[in-house]
Amino acid sequence: MNLHEYQAKQLFTQFGIPVPASSVAETLDEMRLGATSVGLPMMLKAQVHAGGRGKAGGVRRCASDAELERAARELLGKPLVTAQTTPEGLPVSRLLLEAPVEVEREFYLALLVDRAAERILIMASAAGGMDIEQVAASDPEALLVSRIEPVFGLRPWQSRQIGLHFGLEPDQQRAFAKLLGSLYQLFTECDASLVEINPLVLTSDGELIALDAKIELDDNALYRHPQLAALHDPSQEDAREVAARAEGLSYISLDGDIGCMVNGAGLAMATMDLIALHGGAPANFLDVGGGATAERVARAFQLVLSDDKVAAVLVNIFGGIVRCDLIAEGILAAVKEVGVTVPVVVRLEGTNAELGLQRLAQSDLAIETAATLTDAANKVVAAAAATRAGLEAELQAEVAADRAAHAQASVGEQS
Amino acid sequence: MSVLVDASTRVICQGFTGRQGSFHSEQAMAYGTRMVGGVTPGKGGQQHLGLPVFDTVHAAVRETGAEATMIYVPAAYAADAILEAADAGIQVIVCITEGIPVLDMLKVKAALARSPSVLIGPNCPGVITPGACKIGIMPGAIHRPGRVGIVSRSGTLTYEAVEQTSAEGLGQSTCIGIGGDPIHGLDFVDCLALFEDDPDTDAVLMVGEIGGDAEEAAAAFVQQRMTKPVVAYIAGVTAPPGKRMGHAGAIVSGGGGTAEAKYSALQAAGVFIVRSPALLGRSVAEQLANPARRSSGR
Repeated sequence: MNLHEYQAKQLFTQFGIPVPASSVAETLDEMRLGATSVGLPMMLKAQVHAGGRGKAGGVRRCASDAELERAARELLGKPLVTAQTTPEGLPVSRLLLEAPVEVEREFYLALLVDRAAERILIMASAAGGMDIEQVAASDPEALLVSRIEPVFGLRPWQSRQIGLHFGLEPDQQRAFAKLLGSLYQLFTECDASLVEINPLVLTSDGELIALDAKIELDDNALYRHPQLAALHDPSQEDAREVAARAEGLSYISLDGDIGCMVNGAGLAMATMDLIALHGGAPANFLDVGGGATAERVARAFQLVLSDDKVAAVLVNIFGGIVRCDLIAEGILAAVKEVGVTVPVVVRLEGTNAELGLQRLAQSDLAIETAATLTDAANKVVAAAAATRAGLEAELQAEVAADRAAHAQASVGEQS
Repeated sequence: MSVLVDASTRVICQGFTGRQGSFHSEQAMAYGTRMVGGVTPGKGGQQHLGLPVFDTVHAAVRETGAEATMIYVPAAYAADAILEAADAGIQVIVCITEGIPVLDMLKVKAALARSPSVLIGPNCPGVITPGACKIGIMPGAIHRPGRVGIVSRSGTLTYEAVEQTSAEGLGQSTCIGIGGDPIHGLDFVDCLALFEDDPDTDAVLMVGEIGGDAEEAAAAFVQQRMTKPVVAYIAGVTAPPGKRMGHAGAIVSGGGGTAEAKYSALQAAGVFIVRSPALLGRSVAEQLANPARRSSGR
């Protein structure tokens, strides 16, 4: 789960990590009120779960009330499109007002989980404010990486090493050790998977301040942090993905037109890849989970079909402990209940697969069965193409009918 | 005949009397697994499914000589269950539970580094030696005793690999589901090493997916150590970056962990790569029939 910058900075404050004086506004009135406490000039920052805000006009320096008012009206309640969002952008429902900081130097500092080393990793770079992947590629010397022993936690030498890498003065070094310690404490106590400060700045007064803040939390640990789970902002995610999660389904929207319904995450990915390999394009990732009961299958159908792009659906179920004939009945019930209007191709494998396929073939519903994965992929790609062709023909027929009607009408007028 | 577990392995279940633990213990017993008991704190002394229940893993080990455990306890207690099993001297710890916090697993792994126990999972289907010992949630009936070792990060996709190798008449020596979490026990490299040293495994089918660099490490290992043919499939070629594809560990982040990067590392290492999940079994059969064609890829 991702946090907004303002939420991350509130956590920073809670853990004693310095951030600029600020105020959060959901309305223009709140913005005006907050502005009096922060004072001009100030930075106005749109709160969305995406990077690249600065270049997209989501971060603005305002020197007057008029400028502030105009910027807030332009941003609040509107979608912000950045290089990292979809073309539709993400809704801005909050603005962060922040006092500007006199920047002397900028650094990059992050904690994250290093999967391969099975350690929490500190990444530090003296080139702050830049994309860290760019730094790693263009100037690897600037990047310092240090791993934390899970048993011992952050050690003083690690803070010293990074402070020296940054070129800090001795008193700044003490402040940095305290900041890094707080950051590590936040990371472990909140079950974060990423905490990033980019940039961490040294002000002209010699103070260290987190100018930006990014926090990702481990979804698996949210059960023990109800106060953090409450910070979730579903408006920043795809509506169908949010709805799916509420149903206990794992769904991700994609660009193609072949809806997928699969049990198991690995098999779901493999099904998407298979469709692409056979010249089609998957419309979604969907894992209905191990159970694959009639009820879940029905909900999954609703979800897949709520995407207008879907021109055909591929159901790929490996029935292990759940019998395929029961799954087949679930599919039949779901197709009837939901009123599926696009072609459906079903491939069943595992326990009682033949019986399941028989049930589907015997029904009067328009369900095509497939004997193998390859067969299923070919059939669904063809079905999607047929739907597209049918839609196009329909559209052309409509246009032709319109024209004919129009022609008739004009003839009528003439006579 | 196999790696990790065989017909003689004495197995207990942690979370024995729960719904999942009961169901899968029954399935394991029906398959022929040598189940010797189970653990549910507070229910020690009772009988369940005709087997003794213990309060602690230590008691279960003392009374039954258990060597392996399958863990079905909820995520909030699973890390504790793993540590208890390791402390009690269980050799093979199979954790099926999904959803264990990453920072818990970091600590568990650090603790296990000083222990002789082997951890499989978490968030995995388990391990099975066909016809001998089933520890996990996989459907036993699709497996056939044979000479192909299977190692996979996925669940149902593993069953796909099993079904296809069974259909080719090959069968499996042992199938290991290493799990879909970013921090887990046995890794591809560990399993490849086990299969390389197992006289009854002739080839290995590995099923990877996007995220992390375990497949790249496996590629390096194959190049340095493996003499047996390895066939690899990687799921997630079409997965968009930055999205977690169901498994906690299946995410392409910061340009790393892509399926293409894994495929090219594996191919360069002499692994036969297969791009269609429909051709897993056939690819292994072809490699076994004609190993000279190694590394050509399809």
